[in-house]
Amino acid sequence: MTALFPAQRRAWDTIEGKGIMTMGMTLMEGNEAVAWGALAAGCRFFAGYPITPATSILSTMQGILPPVGGIVVQGEDEIASTGYCLGASMAGMKAMTATSGPGISLYSEHISFAIAAEIPLVIVNVQRLGPSTGSATRGADGDVQFMRWGNSGGIPIICLAPVDIKDCYQLTAHAFNLAEEFRTPVFVASNKEIGMTRDSVDLSTLELPKPIDRLGPEQGRDYLPFRPLPGKDIPGFAPIGGPVISRQTSSTHGEQGYITIIPDEIGEVVERLQRKINSQADRLAIYELDEEESAEQLLITYGVTTRAARVAVRNLRAKGEKVSHLTLKTLWPVPRKVISQAAAKVKQVLVVEMNTGQYVREVLQVVRDKPVNFFGLMSGRLISPAEIVKACKKETHHE
Amino acid sequence: MNSAASLLNPERPPAFCAGCSHQNVLVALDKAFQNMGLTGPQICMVSDIGCSGLFDTFFRTHAMHGLHGRALTYATGIKLAQPDLNVVVTMGDGGLGIGGAHLLSACRRNLDLTLLVLNNFNFGMTGGQYSATTPPDASVGSGFLNRLERPLEVSEVVSAAGAPFVATRSGYDSDLVETFQRAIAFKGFSVVEIQGLCTGRYTRRNKLTPKMIQEKLAAKGGPDGEIAASQREEYASAYRRESAELKKPTLPEGFAPIFPKPISERAEVMVLGAAGMRIQTAGEVLGIAGLLSGLRVTQKSSYPITVLRGMSVTELILDPEEVDYTGSYAPGLIMALAPEGVNYSRKVIAAAGESTTIIRAEGVDIPDSKAKVISVDFKAKGLKQVDWALASLAVMAKIPHILNQKVLRAALEQRFKGKVLDASLAVVDKITE
Repeated sequence: MTALFPAQRRAWDTIEGKGIMTMGMTLMEGNEAVAWGALAAGCRFFAGYPITPATSILSTMQGILPPVGGIVVQGEDEIASTGYCLGASMAGMKAMTATSGPGISLYSEHISFAIAAEIPLVIVNVQRLGPSTGSATRGADGDVQFMRWGNSGGIPIICLAPVDIKDCYQLTAHAFNLAEEFRTPVFVASNKEIGMTRDSVDLSTLELPKPIDRLGPEQGRDYLPFRPLPGKDIPGFAPIGGPVISRQTSSTHGEQGYITIIPDEIGEVVERLQRKINSQADRLAIYELDEEESAEQLLITYGVTTRAARVAVRNLRAKGEKVSHLTLKTLWPVPRKVISQAAAKVKQVLVVEMNTGQYVREVLQVVRDKPVNFFGLMSGRLISPAEIVKACKKETHHE
Repeated sequence: MNSAASLLNPERPPAFCAGCSHQNVLVALDKAFQNMGLTGPQICMVSDIGCSGLFDTFFRTHAMHGLHGRALTYATGIKLAQPDLNVVVTMGDGGLGIGGAHLLSACRRNLDLTLLVLNNFNFGMTGGQYSATTPPDASVGSGFLNRLERPLEVSEVVSAAGAPFVATRSGYDSDLVETFQRAIAFKGFSVVEIQGLCTGRYTRRNKLTPKMIQEKLAAKGGPDGEIAASQREEYASAYRRESAELKKPTLPEGFAPIFPKPISERAEVMVLGAAGMRIQTAGEVLGIAGLLSGLRVTQKSSYPITVLRGMSVTELILDPEEVDYTGSYAPGLIMALAPEGVNYSRKVIAAAGESTTIIRAEGVDIPDSKAKVISVDFKAKGLKQVDWALASLAVMAKIPHILNQKVLRAALEQRFKGKVLDASLAVVDKITE
């Protein structure tokens, strides 16, 4: 992981007086680790609708949030669940929701709202096999482009992809910080194969970033809800219900938060919404690069596929093949610099994904001077190390 | 009561069509706020889409304006986070229709929100299309469609759904201000439907006057404020009451490794059974045994949505190092305990090689393979099917590999307590004796 997020304390310090001894590992679903990560990051509002494979986030939150004064609501549907979160977030609480593909479909209008109105929100998408209702108990990474583009307007979001249970815990905490800092929806792109797989873990030994809170209004000036703070692309936040009157709207708005149809005013906001995220892409890049000297091929993976890829890379190297492996944990914004620097040292790139070829489109945008190959599977099972080895060899022999 | 200043926004004067009854509602609501001595920061206006969606801009209060039909959802989140705030929602008959599920939920939930339904019988903003409340005999911008559907009676629906405060008014009633004050002061979910004129669309093609609305409402009757049968504790206060009694969460306790690592390479175990055989629990016990032996463990479960019927399968990987690939290469140990699970995994069994051991419950047919098969007559040992998965762990413990007796018993002691522990140890005894 990059040094961008220095670990500053043990996770459990956030819950008052609850220091814990490291006793050993327990068996826990990735989904449960997401919930504990959220709690440690300061999440105090959760709303969701039951859906396999994300339900155990809802049930874990129901168990751990109300006792610390937090609120968990089971919405009447996914639209309501995100609506509750947006209201609570605007009223100052750190909020999270969790679902899977069919729920993300219903979240769409509120994802757009959160983007447009700059409302911090963490959205966990425990991806399952699509299209449509697909297979509730089969994994996939088929929503990678959907999460990026499933909003009206096509404005950027932030998306982090966990590889394993530790990531579920730590990246969820990072997701909250990013949502707060950037006032934007942040996706945690999990997968049934991580969310519903129990794994051995000792959360108390994992370090988390120090929680960040959204910045308040600029001092000494009248509050305008959408006026960027000096030197920043992000407006200061005054909660609905606080002493300063705060306006919030899903309509195209100027700094005052009133609907506007003036093209210059609209253009400025749209430009800022893109700039606030895209200009920070390098800083937002979370990744693992396992580089081999004079590697010919760069393997790029994310999510659970990374785990098979690590085995594949070990096996390839054991047979003398030279291969580097880049795992992207930030999918959006695209870590262009990380990809291009890693790709610069090899002759060709192979992207392996649990879908029909989604993120490879982004890699193709970045790596334009050498072959970018793709191997994918979308049939309800994991890609195996042997299949990745085969794909690596096949592409190498193309030359 | 001291009257506060008007909360209408001088920079954003109301901009409704001439004769639109929304104007009356706006002025009456402002008057109600004043009479209640409320200031801007004490109120949040949450508005829906359509002409009623302009309300938030006309007030100097907190405001949230979002998507069509969803105003109640934002209001709910706001109110739960800010329990002292007066949250007033305005929506039209359009929002009522598209947000039907949210309306019913709000009625059932009884959070302290005030909902004003500004019913003007059509979609004014988009050209006068029919809504959920358009009368069948009206002439609107939807051709004959409104003639085919029955309009929804707001007060009946919200009353049936459990709203504890329901009133219907004409936008021209003299007690509008007082009614709003009662609704806002009511501690719970209150709904006031205000029937009015859409002069821009509806009344251009349909005869409707304030007098006609008032006469119709007078003839109809219906609830006027608190509904005795629906009085109950307000949601947020009930939520706080329930939460206050809950124990603070602690991270699940881990299992300190107390036994030496039994294996130097990754091992895969598959338990194939049927619903009701405690397959998943047995898998968990094996997982705990692994943790007690200092191994890393993953566990995946498969079962149909009808959890009490059909197959139940659990797959474990036990590894002295971090488990990387969580899929299965080839399980070294397969427990074949019921035809349901075996049928689900026939290919895996058939492909099993000489290094695989299958513990088969007597009477369960399995595909031919090169695996070594240990058949156990659990029935003859006096074991009920529900205990076969656990019993198969005891069989496994006889093979000196991942498990031994000591580790299995220690895992059971971690997982169970009291009578359940005694019963599970008795199952193990029946295999080992």
